[in-house]
Amino acid sequence: MPILEICHLTKSYGDERFPDDISFAVDEGEIVCLLGPSGCGKTTLLRIIAGLETADAGQVRFDGRDVRDVPVHRRNFGLMFQDYALFPHKNVFENVAFGLRMMHLPRTEVEARVREVLALVGLSGFEERDVNALSGGEQQRVALARSLAPRPRLLMLDEPLGSLDRTLRERLMNELRTILKGVGVTAVYVTHDQEEAFAVADRVVIMNHGRKVQEGTPQDVYQHPATEFVARFLGLTNLLPGKVVGVDEGHVEVETEIGRLEVGDWKLEVGDWKLGVEATVLIRPEAAGLAAECPSAGDNAIAGTLVERSFRGGYYRLVIRHASGLHLSFTLQAAGEVLPPPGASILLPLRSEAISLLTPDTQD
Amino acid sequence: MNDKHLLSAYSHIRTFAIRLLPLVFLSLFFFYPLLAIFRLSLAPQGSLDLTALSKLVSTTYYARTLWFTTWQAAVSTLLTVVLAMPAAYVFARYRFPGKGLLQALTTIPFVMPTIVVAAAFNALLGPRSRLNLALMALFGLQRPLINLQHTLWIILLAHVFYNYTVVLRIVGGFWANLNPRLEEAARVLGANRWRVFWQVTLPLLAPALVAAALLVFIFCFTSFGVVLILGGPRFATLEVEIYRQTVHLFNLPLAATLSLAQVTLTLAMTSVYTRLQARTARPLHLRPQQTTQRRPTRWRDRALVGGNVVFMVVLLLTPLLALAERSLWTGRGYALTNYSELFINRRGSVFFVPPVEAVRNSLTFAALTVVLALALGVIGAYLLAERGSRLSRWLDPVFMLPLGTSAVTLGFGYIIALDRPPLNLRTSPLLIPLAHTLVAFPFVVRAVLPVLRGIHPHLRESASVLGASPARVWREIDLPIVGRALLVGAVFAFTISMGEFGATSLIARPQMPTMPVAIYRFLGQPGALNYGQALAMSTLLMLVCAVGFLGIERFRYGEVGEF
Repeated sequence: MPILEICHLTKSYGDERFPDDISFAVDEGEIVCLLGPSGCGKTTLLRIIAGLETADAGQVRFDGRDVRDVPVHRRNFGLMFQDYALFPHKNVFENVAFGLRMMHLPRTEVEARVREVLALVGLSGFEERDVNALSGGEQQRVALARSLAPRPRLLMLDEPLGSLDRTLRERLMNELRTILKGVGVTAVYVTHDQEEAFAVADRVVIMNHGRKVQEGTPQDVYQHPATEFVARFLGLTNLLPGKVVGVDEGHVEVETEIGRLEVGDWKLEVGDWKLGVEATVLIRPEAAGLAAECPSAGDNAIAGTLVERSFRGGYYRLVIRHASGLHLSFTLQAAGEVLPPPGASILLPLRSEAISLLTPDTQD
Repeated sequence: MNDKHLLSAYSHIRTFAIRLLPLVFLSLFFFYPLLAIFRLSLAPQGSLDLTALSKLVSTTYYARTLWFTTWQAAVSTLLTVVLAMPAAYVFARYRFPGKGLLQALTTIPFVMPTIVVAAAFNALLGPRSRLNLALMALFGLQRPLINLQHTLWIILLAHVFYNYTVVLRIVGGFWANLNPRLEEAARVLGANRWRVFWQVTLPLLAPALVAAALLVFIFCFTSFGVVLILGGPRFATLEVEIYRQTVHLFNLPLAATLSLAQVTLTLAMTSVYTRLQARTARPLHLRPQQTTQRRPTRWRDRALVGGNVVFMVVLLLTPLLALAERSLWTGRGYALTNYSELFINRRGSVFFVPPVEAVRNSLTFAALTVVLALALGVIGAYLLAERGSRLSRWLDPVFMLPLGTSAVTLGFGYIIALDRPPLNLRTSPLLIPLAHTLVAFPFVVRAVLPVLRGIHPHLRESASVLGASPARVWREIDLPIVGRALLVGAVFAFTISMGEFGATSLIARPQMPTMPVAIYRFLGQPGALNYGQALAMSTLLMLVCAVGFLGIERFRYGEVGEF
């Protein structure tokens, strides 16, 4: 039984609709990420759920009830803004205590709870600090503490790591999930960063142009992107047009510019594809491997010129130019083999499990 | 080699002399007259004599004047803030058609000369106003129904009229840049609208609100024309009392003592104001206005916007429109009689100066003021703009001092200080533009300084590296950037000079009146024609100032030139 249900939410701005007929549900204690490029309506969606804006159509149901007529301040939801919106005229303690004071809690209880959440976000002893003098990461933690303090029934986070630098961001996204899971709060998290979404979310909802494009666990979405847009958005760039030339139980064969490929994605519904259908073929970067013996060309393999080769610690990143002019990039586990130098010809076998078929995008 | 040294020494001296100019000017025409007031007040015969001072304390009359000055200013301020806050909110948070025009229009009252405002309220609510005439006809009355003439109410009303835009601009401008997320965050955290306002919005607005209130208070505290003309003989602020003691009673030591009290009080308030201004610099992560404003879509929003717009138009524009309307009224119909009369010397008296002469005087003085104030103001702004100079921190408040000193006090200081050697200018017509320059100088500095400070030093440096001489750098880099600010400063100086009444009423020679002085004389004389001419001339003055002001709005560089 989901606690938050978003049913067909739509809001129009002139001719455009952001969001446009969005529906999804969140279970109690679950973290759902709204993932999509900026301007796709994610933030507006959050603001509608919070009650800061009204939808033109659709419903927000919480705990089985439509919350349309509940004013913002009675919803007991938490919302962490991208710019944190810390009250500049109040210190750390007063900021975190604000929501608790609105609940008319006795002073001792307020103090205890503030201390508790500050400890939770690792800011014990910061009570008297001026919020304007804190670093970006510290402000982010104060904002988190402030939204968690009144024990919201639902916590919304709008690009909470958006304004931090890369290293801080990577550290905090893992920490954020630990904190949210530790508290057990139901959360809706908005971001445009795929890595961040995957690190934090139990489930992601991918949006584009105000519409929901795909929904699923991070692994689901990554391994089986529903459309070309999703694939590109997740950083999967090895996309090529193809035509189905063979269908039999368990796998599908497609003809592409680089030759005939066998599609063996575990989620593939063989029945969905018919002979002669146009499709987009996705080759995931980890599809390539070094063959013990040289495979023959045209047999689930890519032959081309090695254009670029860079060592990335655990793996190599390779860019291969096919004779057709197509560039494909792959990651290759670094196991001590010596790779040919850039400019040399190379032939790499491709694992069929890492090759998927997508519906081509109509709008892009 | 030697020649080169000499040349550079000479150019150093010249630069130094130019830099000294604003200070010399302030010393001669501000500090010296002020000092004369001190001397006359505390030692009229050369030795310390505290009779005037003790008279100030011994009789309750002056204490009552001070008390009246203070409380009417306080009430005016409170009224202004309360009435202008809703409009400040509307301007800060909503976008609606005609907003830009309305904003420009609401500021017109502020640049109106006091004498025009007085005449305008007279035209709107006075015994001869259309409103009163209509009411008298309607109810068959012999006397006007609305009789606010010479009451406290009309003083308060005029003060609200005058200062409404100060609150609207300062508070509204600050509010518009305030991040609305802060208020939303408070609401999500469980605060209702009322608590959001008291706990978040108001504390954040406080610096701007207090600064605006203090400014309004200072303006009302030193109110002169409004109280003198609209209040009539029953009411006197310190400023009016100084004028009466000087012009009517010729009690100079007492006037000097009152001026001294006035200067001390206003300077104390101005220094509080500048301090508050500095404290406004709380890191608020101010937002560009476009991101904080929305269109009024719900009926509640629309009612709020509409109500405030109507209120603004009624409060701020009807008096001015009434003034124009009455100036065209001849008693039988509309005609330009009152205007054509301005050009005729009906009495043929040697002492009587044809009104058109006053227009010419005003324009001449204003032109001189523009030249003087721009020259001194630009030099002053350059002095202040020097980065990290200790001089600039010390000079900034000094340059602002004339703002905190009342015009009547200034005029009074000129009368007692500049009428004898070593500096005898009493008979010189130059005295008026000098006084006006003193009032306009801080405005020019304020208009130019932010732009000068905003010129990134790298701009000038790269121009130099590219081979431009210092003079060329100034012409190619500084001038184009500062140009618009200069224009704003010039228009400020012009309108200030055109409308200045307090100082001019004391120092203008009888045969060389300015427009405000002539209007005051007309208002003081009986007869419909005199009244009509006063309104006609006020209307002309209003038009000049309004055109000048709309020019400022057009050429304003960002938010430059705000107080």
